[in-house]
Amino acid sequence: MDFSIFLQQLVNGASLGSMYALIAIGYTMVYGVLRLINFAHGDFMMVGAFLTLFGYSAGIPFELSVLLAIVGSAFIGVMTDKIAYKPLRDAPKISLLITAIGISFFLENLFIVLFGATPKAFNAPEYLTKVFHVGEIYLPISVIIIPIVTVLILTFILYILYKTKYGMAIRALAFDIPTVKLMGVDADRIIMIVFIIGSSLAAIGGIFYAVSYPSIDPLMGIIVGLKAFAAAVLGGIGSVTGAVLGGFILGFTEIFVVAMFPELGGYKDAFAFFFLILVLLFRPTGIMGEDLERSRF
Amino acid sequence: MSFLKIDGVTMQFGGVTAIDNLSFEVEKGMIYGLIGPNGAGKTTIFNIITGNLYPTEGKILLESNNITGTKPNKIVYKGVARTFQNIRLFKSMSVLDNILIGFDAQAKYSYLEAIFRLPRYFKQEKFIDKKAKELLEIFGLTEFADSKATDLSYGVQRKVEIARALATNPTLLLLDEPAAGMNSNETSDLADIIFKIKDKFNLTVLLIEHDMKFVNKMCDKLTVLDYGEKIFEGKPADAIVDKKVVSAYLGDFSHA
Amino acid sequence: MGSLVRNSIFIAVAVAFIYFAGDVFGSYKMFLINTIGIYAILALSYNLINGVTGQFSLEPNGFVAIGAYFTAILLLSTESKIDMYALVDPSPIVLSMHTGSLAIALLVGGVAATIIALLLSLPVFRVRGDYLAIVTLGFGFIIRIFAINNPEFTNGAMGLNDISSSINFYWVGGILLITFIVMLNIIYSKYGRAMKSVRDDEDAATAMGINTFKIKTLAFMTSAFFEGIGGGLLAVLITTITPDQFSFLLTFQLLIIVVLGGLGSMSGTLIATILVMVGMEALRFLDEPNILGLGNEAHPGLRMVIFSVILIVVMLFARRGLLGDRELLDFFKKSKK
Repeated sequence: MDFSIFLQQLVNGASLGSMYALIAIGYTMVYGVLRLINFAHGDFMMVGAFLTLFGYSAGIPFELSVLLAIVGSAFIGVMTDKIAYKPLRDAPKISLLITAIGISFFLENLFIVLFGATPKAFNAPEYLTKVFHVGEIYLPISVIIIPIVTVLILTFILYILYKTKYGMAIRALAFDIPTVKLMGVDADRIIMIVFIIGSSLAAIGGIFYAVSYPSIDPLMGIIVGLKAFAAAVLGGIGSVTGAVLGGFILGFTEIFVVAMFPELGGYKDAFAFFFLILVLLFRPTGIMGEDLERSRF
Repeated sequence: MSFLKIDGVTMQFGGVTAIDNLSFEVEKGMIYGLIGPNGAGKTTIFNIITGNLYPTEGKILLESNNITGTKPNKIVYKGVARTFQNIRLFKSMSVLDNILIGFDAQAKYSYLEAIFRLPRYFKQEKFIDKKAKELLEIFGLTEFADSKATDLSYGVQRKVEIARALATNPTLLLLDEPAAGMNSNETSDLADIIFKIKDKFNLTVLLIEHDMKFVNKMCDKLTVLDYGEKIFEGKPADAIVDKKVVSAYLGDFSHA
Repeated sequence: MGSLVRNSIFIAVAVAFIYFAGDVFGSYKMFLINTIGIYAILALSYNLINGVTGQFSLEPNGFVAIGAYFTAILLLSTESKIDMYALVDPSPIVLSMHTGSLAIALLVGGVAATIIALLLSLPVFRVRGDYLAIVTLGFGFIIRIFAINNPEFTNGAMGLNDISSSINFYWVGGILLITFIVMLNIIYSKYGRAMKSVRDDEDAATAMGINTFKIKTLAFMTSAFFEGIGGGLLAVLITTITPDQFSFLLTFQLLIIVVLGGLGSMSGTLIATILVMVGMEALRFLDEPNILGLGNEAHPGLRMVIFSVILIVVMLFARRGLLGDRELLDFFKKSKK
């Protein structure tokens, strides 16, 4: 592979990895505080993309549409928890999981009813779709912006997690829910914050996706969500830095494997799945994870 | 030769030492107490014996066999059965079915024999059904056989849990705070049953308990733990007057 | 033995229904009855892993696809395969796979699904956590990706058609009856008790000497076996299969059935299958183009919105479904006492 192609793929991998990382964070944080695979999380990403499209095509400036979409997705995330998950905190785990898949299916089909099942063109403003040629490298501006914005967001999130009292509480909840409650932390408030952070980041990931692949459809969150979950497990479920790491590893792997073995292109969407299986087989706690499932008595 | 030997066991979680170089021995046929304030590491010892935790150092010997780290489901076949601190019956199942789970290994028929209802299925099911009902009889639980386990009073649930543990045919029975949450009638009833089954089934019993009166009545010998360290070993009567034990307990109460 | 008499009567009635159904109902109704029968087979087996064993799984569409493809490839003749495979020539393996026997074709489909289930069990059940659901969800997509990318086996996105076999309700009804009896025989045995114990409290089950890995794997493989067979029946009934046909929608419908009937209740599942399938038919008008001036594709959007709301509401307010985890006959037993 010659150097310019390598650089090109490196930038593409960083951009794709950013999206996975942003979405993976929500999975890992919700799993940390609720021990729940939030199947609806991938759909929050779709919601973010559609709300942006909806606002933008209704004449609202793009930047404001993005902002409103992020707020809207956060709201839907919080409401999902309040309406569907919270009443089931003490129910058997399987009820919670079934409800989560129900919410996921509900959002997908609601958006099919509202917007139709066919992919919709997403025409981002021109300044985001401009393409630079640097030597032989082909650089859409979005591919450069996405990783930069992602790094800024991640820095902010890590600051919240490690330097604020809410962040400490979130991390503590991931280890021992009953004890943290005993220590007087308002668990419901923490869980709400987790849903706000998680769904906002998923929405941002969805908007990045829409800008990079300029068409969106109501089922787009399923595959991307699955991949982001695999990334979270790869990094170590429960660990935010792990999720970021897993997201980037997955992004780079997808781009580079397809670049080196074009005949595997059709299986691109399957890599994440094999990662997931391999991690579960050989290192279930992932790269950075602690064993959150150790049995307690 | 001792029946159960805890040999220099240390257990660390991250940087925290939960059990510090603990050793004690239990003779066959004894009721041995393991007491100490909250967080002293009593349940951790149980979890090490049953293989739920692997000790950082040290080993567990059962009749001179090293059983350290035997998987929790395999430890049953070595003759070790346990109850849990917070009763853990199978909630959706009847009392009889709960007991029958304990007999699982003794019902010898294959999956296909169950599916095709071959003769061995009927023979073996009849066999364990009879044994389970005998066990219910011993515990005075016959009338509850078809009740859902969770519909019963706390005291009865405790008994079901002990009966379920006995169904696995153990030689060593681990009881984690069996009298917790019981009133004095229930407690004395429980004591009678533990004495009765110990003799009938030739058991050695290791029990964790808070209630000093109960321990005094039940145990032949005990070890007192505080912050993962042994601070006393000997007869219950001597424990009550031991300075270290008293201060550990008073310390605990003042925290509480 | 009262139960022997009771069981014999049940079986006699079921056999009589299977025998006479074809004479009583017309061909449209028979197609619907066959479809309901196949969905009942799938839902019963799905309930074993999800309801009885309590391991949340989203596998049915994947295993149904495996069963359907194996059965279809086995039943198609060599000549029709050569004609049909348009993108590339069929692989020699595909060409050599042929049987005229529906029973053998179905069994191979079932066994293939069972083997895949075993392979998935290894990574999933050795660890704690709820990875089964996400792995099986992913697996459903992988099967589709595999089918599309391997046209020498599957004829790619074009799928297989003219899968001809003289299927009738004797097959569907007979296999449904067998599935129902097998499930109950499992539930009322030490294996069924062990599955329930894993569902109720995994640590306590382990402390009773139950090998929880083995029990979960056994339940999962059994579900897969019957789902593979159900998939084969589905392929033969509708005679055409494509990779897109076995989407998550199928799994979701089965999930609603199982939840509505009661997680762990086989008779509840039977009742719920009829309710949900007839309900789906009755609500078909909702997906007509331009209803409410919205959605215009032939995708079951509005119907699925309604059914997902039903699923969520049942979970929130009536978690036990119609029968909880009991069977119809348990209620009679109770009232006698």
